[in-house]
This record gives sequence, C-alpha cells and structure tokens, in this order.
Amino acid sequence: MGKRQIIPFGPQHPVLPEPIHLDLVMEDEKVVEAIPSIGFIHRGLEKLVEKKDFTEYVYVAERICGICSFMHGMGYCMAIENIMDISVPRRAEYLRTIWAELSRIHSHLLWLGLTADAFGFESLFMHTWRLREKILDIFERTTGGRVIFSVCKIGGVRKDIDDDTLADITDLLSAMQDELRRFCEVFIEDQSVRHRMVKVGILTLADAKELGAVGPMLRASGVSQDMRQLDYCAYKELGFTPIVETAGDSYARSLVRIREIEQSFDLIKRAAEKIPGGAIEEKYKGAPNGEYFVRIEQPRGEVIYYVRGNGSKFLDRVRVRTPTFANIPSLLKILQGCELADVPILILTIDPCISCTER
Amino acid sequence: MYENQKMVDTTPEELIHGIYLMKREDYRLVQISCTRVLEGFELNYTFDKDLAFINYRLILGVEEEIVSISRIFSPAFLYENELKDLFGVKISDITIDYDGGLYRVAKKTPFKDFVPPQPAIPVPKPPVVKVAEATTVDRKVVESKANEEV
Repeated sequence: MGKRQIIPFGPQHPVLPEPIHLDLVMEDEKVVEAIPSIGFIHRGLEKLVEKKDFTEYVYVAERICGICSFMHGMGYCMAIENIMDISVPRRAEYLRTIWAELSRIHSHLLWLGLTADAFGFESLFMHTWRLREKILDIFERTTGGRVIFSVCKIGGVRKDIDDDTLADITDLLSAMQDELRRFCEVFIEDQSVRHRMVKVGILTLADAKELGAVGPMLRASGVSQDMRQLDYCAYKELGFTPIVETAGDSYARSLVRIREIEQSFDLIKRAAEKIPGGAIEEKYKGAPNGEYFVRIEQPRGEVIYYVRGNGSKFLDRVRVRTPTFANIPSLLKILQGCELADVPILILTIDPCISCTER
Repeated sequence: MYENQKMVDTTPEELIHGIYLMKREDYRLVQISCTRVLEGFELNYTFDKDLAFINYRLILGVEEEIVSISRIFSPAFLYENELKDLFGVKISDITIDYDGGLYRVAKKTPFKDFVPPQPAIPVPKPPVVKVAEATTVDRKVVESKANEEV
C-alpha cells in the first residue's frame, strides 16, 4: 500500500464553473476515496417561499438555475396546478414541451462544449457553443429572454408561438441537426476521446440502481427510466422512448446525451406539427391547499418539486431535489480507483449543476 | 393529476421495517425531505420502482432522534446530512456523517425555526373619496373663484 495523501479539488478549478469541493484521498496516482462538501453558494431559495406569494415564487423557481430555468418554473407550476386541479390547455402543454426540449438541447450542447474544452478539443468547443447560440436566439425570439424566460405561469404559459415562427424554428433545427451530426461524429469517433472515456468511470447497473442515479447517468448504465415516460405535457402524444446505453462508462454517458440532442430535435419537430390551436392559459381562483410531488425530466435527470400549501397565499413548503444532488453518490463511486488525471473528465460526465444543488 | 402517489403514514419505530420492505422489493430511494411543522419535523422518504411512487411519512419531535437508513440505502447519507445541517434533525448512525459540515452555510441549521403560516396579504383598496367632501371642496373652489371675479 502506497502512502496516502489528500489532494483538495475545488471549489475553484478550471473544469468547475461553479464551486464544489472534493477531498481526494490518494494512493500514489489513484483516488481511493472522494469526500465532497457543498454549500459555498447556498441561497436558501426554499426558505424564501415563506415570504413570497405563491404566484411570485415562479420567478424564484426559475432562478434556481440558469441552464434549465424553464423546467424549474414548469416543475413548480405543475405542482401548484396538480394541487389546485387546474387543467392546462393542450396548446400550452405543447408549448411547454417545445421550450423544455429546447432547454435540453441547449444544456447538452453546453455540456458537450465544456467536455470538449476539458480535453483540449477547442474547435469542437467553439462549434458546439456556436450552435448553442442559435438555440438561445430561438429563446429570445419566442420568449424575449435568453436565460430566464418567465413564460411559464400557473395555469399555462404567457406567450404563444405563431405558425410562421414554428415553421422557421423547424427549418432552423433541421439545418442544425445536420451540422451537429458532423461534429458529434468527430467526437464519437475520435481516438483520443475514446482513449479518455471508454471503460473509464464505469457505473454498473446494480450500482446505478443502488446509488439512486438519475438521468443520463442512470440510462448509460442500462436502466430505461426517464420521467418523460410519466406522460406529462405533450410527451404521450409525441411518442417517447428513453435513450439507453449499457456500458456504464464515461463514453456511454456521453453517447446518451448526444443521442438525446437528436431525440429532442425530433420531439420539437413533432410537437410543431401536432400542436393544437386554442387558449394558452386557464384562469384560476383561490390558493393551493394540499400537497404534491412533481417529477419531471430535466437535462441532468429527474427533478422533484414538493409543494405544500395551506390555503393562504404563502406556501408551507417548497422542496427541490435536483438531479445533480441525486448523482453525487454515483460520482463518488466512479471516482474510487480512478487516476487523478481522469477526475476532471469524470466530474464532467455527470454534467454537474452546482447552482441547482445549491438552491 | 398525472401520477398516482401512494402515501404511507408511519412512526419512527416502524420506519425501518418499511424501509427494509422497500429494499427487498428493489425500490430506488428518490429523496428524503423535511418540513418544519408545529409538532416538530415531518420527514418524507420517497421511493420509486418502474415509475411507481411511494412515500413514507412520519412526524418527529424536535428533540427526538431517529436512526439513519444509510445502512439500507447507501445514498441516504447525503439526504440525512442535509437534514442535519439545514433543519437540525437528530439522526444517529449515518454511514458518512459530516456532523454539520456538508453545507458550509453561514447560519447553523437555518431551516430549524418554525414559522407559523402567514395570513394572506390584504389586497390594497383604492382610496375612497367621500361624495359630500368632494362637493364641499368643489363648492369652495367655485365660491372663491366667484369672489375673485367680483
């Protein structure tokens, strides 16, 4: 047994856009154990619910994360709608699906760029982020915002997308799809990428289940589970099946995300074809009195919104369990036994969002 | 409501039995959460199997201690440390116990205090102008103008 030493990793590190700290217990170049600590930017947003009217809290929920902000707002609204038994119009459900899938593409492209950058694959990083800009342009055109959209509201959505704009978006996505396919082929086939990722950081099927992994982390280990199977929004009518890989290594996790980008393009196109006409919001009266756990699939996996109201304008509790928080035990598992040089890539393959975790 | 959610009320004594049952049935631990209620803490242990949702719920006194489930479901250690750090829930025998060090928050156990439900904010009404007063004012203005003209 070699001499053991602890190497601090983070909270400031080139691969970490947000702060998380890991104490890496090393034996020579191998990681024996990783001990995390978080809370550097904990904002206590769950506590803020005691001071914000439940309708205003949508804006707070959206600010939990700058990448999947739309889905945070949507998750919160869905929880309130379930408690108050508000029936959201079908058109609004389709619009929510379109914005949610655009958010997934945006998030996965951001991840692909960051991973490419961590390899020193600068050109791929620039190309993926250039494509991501086009998605942000669609957000700006349809919602008015590029990061925080504020289009989701309790009972539906605030803005509609007209048919001409939907047709433009579909055309743009088709063009992007071809371009992205070329870049991803480079990423998937590249020898250096495969060398760094294949059979590195394996999370077995049994471990993925045992450790409560979610999202692409879970599906890359062979579990066919995605919260979109719950058929919320328009997913039932769009025909959805989860993307699954079985190897459980870093490469499999990357493949799941890359194939999910393709899938999201198709889902948006189908939604644009099938979107029904009609109202985009349902009016409601009163305040939520009851509780509900909402589970939806964010880019990083299952997010839980637990909301409990008492009939007044102020909720008793909002609890958000984010996918990155659920994936921390799996991260600690895959770090065990890896080389020190692989730690940054392994952290990136869970696509961590500390901003969500530190809600 | 798009998902049926089964809620099971339990007690601190019966919890471990239920958790073992979940483990034996191959359920996944989805989350553990806490809500501060008048009686103390309301703990929710949520499980999932093939998208079937079950939630075990119990009420724990503020000074009461509960045994960790991290020896049955290993990822529970993270949720239990969160409950200790943010709410001050007393949990014994956690497999990896940070002892208050998981969250580096400025205030210790910031979610511990019970905040009673607040009444709804009264909607501000527009100021009411009495008709009689308004006429008096108008009459004074008219009278003063008439005097000036004279």
